[in-house]
Parts: sequence; C-alpha cells; structure tokens
Amino acid sequence: MTVKEMTTKQMAEKVLDKENVFILDVRTEDAFEDWKIESEHFDYMNIPYFDLLDGVEDILDQLPKDREVVVVCAKGGSSQMVAEMLEEEGMTNVYSLEGGMKAWSEHLVPVKVNDLKDGGELYQFVRIGKGCLSYMVLSNGEAALIDATRMTDVYIDFANEKNAQITHVFDTHLHADHISGGRQIAEQTKATYWLPPKDATEVVFNYQPLEDGENVKIGNTTIDIHALYSPGHTIGSTSFVVDDQYLMSGDILFIDSIGRPDLAGKAEDWVGDLRETLYERYKELSDELVVLPAHFMIMDELNEDGTVAEKLGTLFEKNHGLNIEDENEFRKMVTENLPPQPNAYQEIRETNMGKITPEEEDQREMEIGPNRCAVR
Amino acid sequence: MNVTKVLDATGLACPMPIVKTKKAMKDIETGEVLEIHATDKGAKGDLTAWAKSGGHELLEHKEEDDVLKFWIQKG
Repeated sequence: MTVKEMTTKQMAEKVLDKENVFILDVRTEDAFEDWKIESEHFDYMNIPYFDLLDGVEDILDQLPKDREVVVVCAKGGSSQMVAEMLEEEGMTNVYSLEGGMKAWSEHLVPVKVNDLKDGGELYQFVRIGKGCLSYMVLSNGEAALIDATRMTDVYIDFANEKNAQITHVFDTHLHADHISGGRQIAEQTKATYWLPPKDATEVVFNYQPLEDGENVKIGNTTIDIHALYSPGHTIGSTSFVVDDQYLMSGDILFIDSIGRPDLAGKAEDWVGDLRETLYERYKELSDELVVLPAHFMIMDELNEDGTVAEKLGTLFEKNHGLNIEDENEFRKMVTENLPPQPNAYQEIRETNMGKITPEEEDQREMEIGPNRCAVR
Repeated sequence: MNVTKVLDATGLACPMPIVKTKKAMKDIETGEVLEIHATDKGAKGDLTAWAKSGGHELLEHKEEDDVLKFWIQKG
C-alpha cells in the first residue's frame, strides 16, 4: 500500500487558508514542544512513533475521520510508517508530511507585497516553518535580494522567471538563527554582496561594506535602497528604506515584538543602541512607511494576504516593545526576559562568517527549531 | 563495559534505528547492555526518549568519526 503524501507546499496552503487540519506529530515530546507546524486552526496530538511500533489501535478512537489527519515527523520516514499503519486499520483520510519538519523548515512562499512606483515589484519570501522573511526587489530586469536564506535556488529560479538579473544581495546583519544564502547567490550570479562592516569584522571573504546613507539603485529606473544604520540586535544591524515606501527593519523591529540584543553575547552593551534605534532613529521616520521585518514569531503576525507587513505608525501605537517609557524597564525586558537562544546559533554565526563550511545535511540540522530572534 | 550485543544501524534513517534497537533488545536479558551504532542524527534524541519511555537506561553515548554510538542497559 502506498501512503498518501502531503507536500510542504500543500501544507503551507492549508495554514494560509486557515483550514482545519489534524496533526499527528510522532516526534518526541521535547521536539514537539520546542517547535511544530503552527496554526490556530489546527488540532494536535503528539505521540512518539516508537510508542506506536506495536500498533496504532490505541489511538484510532482519538483521530477524526471527517477531516485530514497529517502525520508529521522529523524527516518524513517515521510519519510514512505510522500513516501506513493507520491506513491498514482502515483510515482513508491520512497523509504523511513529505520530508517532515526539515522540509517544512525549508519551504519558502513568495508573496507579492506591492508594485513599486516606477513599475517594479516587491516580493516577500515567507519561510513559514521557521518564521524567516526575505525580500526581492525587481525593477527593469534587475533584482536585489535582502536577507536570503540558504535555499538559494528558489530566489535564482524566481528571478529567472521574472527575466531579472540579480545584481545586488544584502544582509541586514550577521544572522544567528539561520544560514544566509547571500554570499552563495552573489557568487553564482556575480552580484555585489553587501554586509554591514561592523558585523563583518571576522568574516573571511570579500564583501561590499554597507554604510549608513548608502543608496543603491535597482534597474535603470530609480528604485532606491537607502541604508539606515540601526544597531541593537547586532552592532552592525542596518535597515533599508526601499522606494521611499518600505522600511526593511531586519531583526530590529518586528510586528509584535522587537529584536533581542544578546545573540552575539552583548546584551548589556547593545541595549542602549537598541533603544536609541527604536525610540529615536525610527521615530524620526515617516509613520507611513510600511515595516517589513526579517522574521515573524506567531501566525497572528501574518496579514490576510499572507504578507507580514504593517505601517510604522501603527507599530508605534500597538507594539509593546515600542511603548515602554521607562528606560530601566526597557533594559530589564530585553536583557532578563529572553527566550532560549536559537539552536546552534554560534555555529550558524561562524558559518555566516565563512569560518566553517558544514555539509548541507549538517546545515539543516543546525537550523532546526524556531528562529527566536525576538523579545516580547 | 560488558557489551552483550552490538547493533549496526549505520546508514539507516528513521524509524529503522529504533525499530532494530527494539528488536535487538528482545534478544538480551535485563541488565545486559546493547551497543548501537547509527549515523542518523535524529537517533540521539529518539533513542534517549525511547530508552526512557521503555524503562531502559542509556549508559553512555558518544560520536566517533561521524558514527553515533550508544550503550543501553535493558531495564
């Protein structure tokens, strides 16, 4: 009997369409509690596959018969086994998630944010399983990428489909939660790779230093990418204003949270920078700018159309992290109340510096789990 | 350590290392030790959790030349 597989693409559609799926997660309890496929419209049951080796009869009563049951494991092998056992018991509504949580973590959904003023387009790539966001600015046959993930083919293929040549690749900062695909894409496409120099003191490759006030044009029309130095998450963190309309805030400001200052080990030192960036530098910008962050943490941060975007003025009203009057209270929140650090974040930073070059399989392992770059 | 049986689960992906471990455990007596070799990185978390839920004791584990080695005492 062949088990029905559900692809990560189909799963992403079900999340975005707010469908009512039943997830049978057969990883260990620890793995499940740490990280799962998030949707407030899903129901979940977690039972490790090794507790089901002798049979699935005991859980049959607890599984719905009238909607899809998707079995999920780490890589898609154990879920196949369990799904097959359930089918043998007569269930017809069972699927195995192809490639498991690893594939889920790698799935990217391109969502169009908007047209740009001079005929260009702006796309947001939503890495739905891990909460990473990256961007492509397209204009007159040229493309710029911001905070690209290591799934480099997705961007290169997308640019090809749009008949655009990738000419500039940016990282807003040295990432600690995921491996950047920026350098590889730049090498492959002969694009310029930009990094903030203050984050790049230890990198072992050549890059173009991205400094405050720098303007880069994409296409022969004028889609400006204006760099705005905004330290706090890292010392070099830089935001971009694209086409005078969009503020790419990197890991400094998110929709429902703010960046954490400790992932390079300097929470106490950088908390002042973080406050200055959020409460002074950003405050001077137009309220009408649409904030496009590098992460989301919860599905509530997604808009109806699947984008993660909100006006800066709205965030100044609603984002708790922008509304802490007392500086000591702010300091306390961003240094004492921190969530656990992302999986393998030190190794990820070293990979992004070019100091180590792990095999692809190891890179996947390193990126397991949620991004955890924010503090609420 | 007195190892009763060695199980080679290298090259196998989930769920096979656990399936084979479970089977091999049936062949040894309580108190005896099974040594397991695996290359699937997921084996670490899974074997640890499986041993605990099955009342066995994971005595030791280490990585040698990309091979994960585990010693589990049957409970």
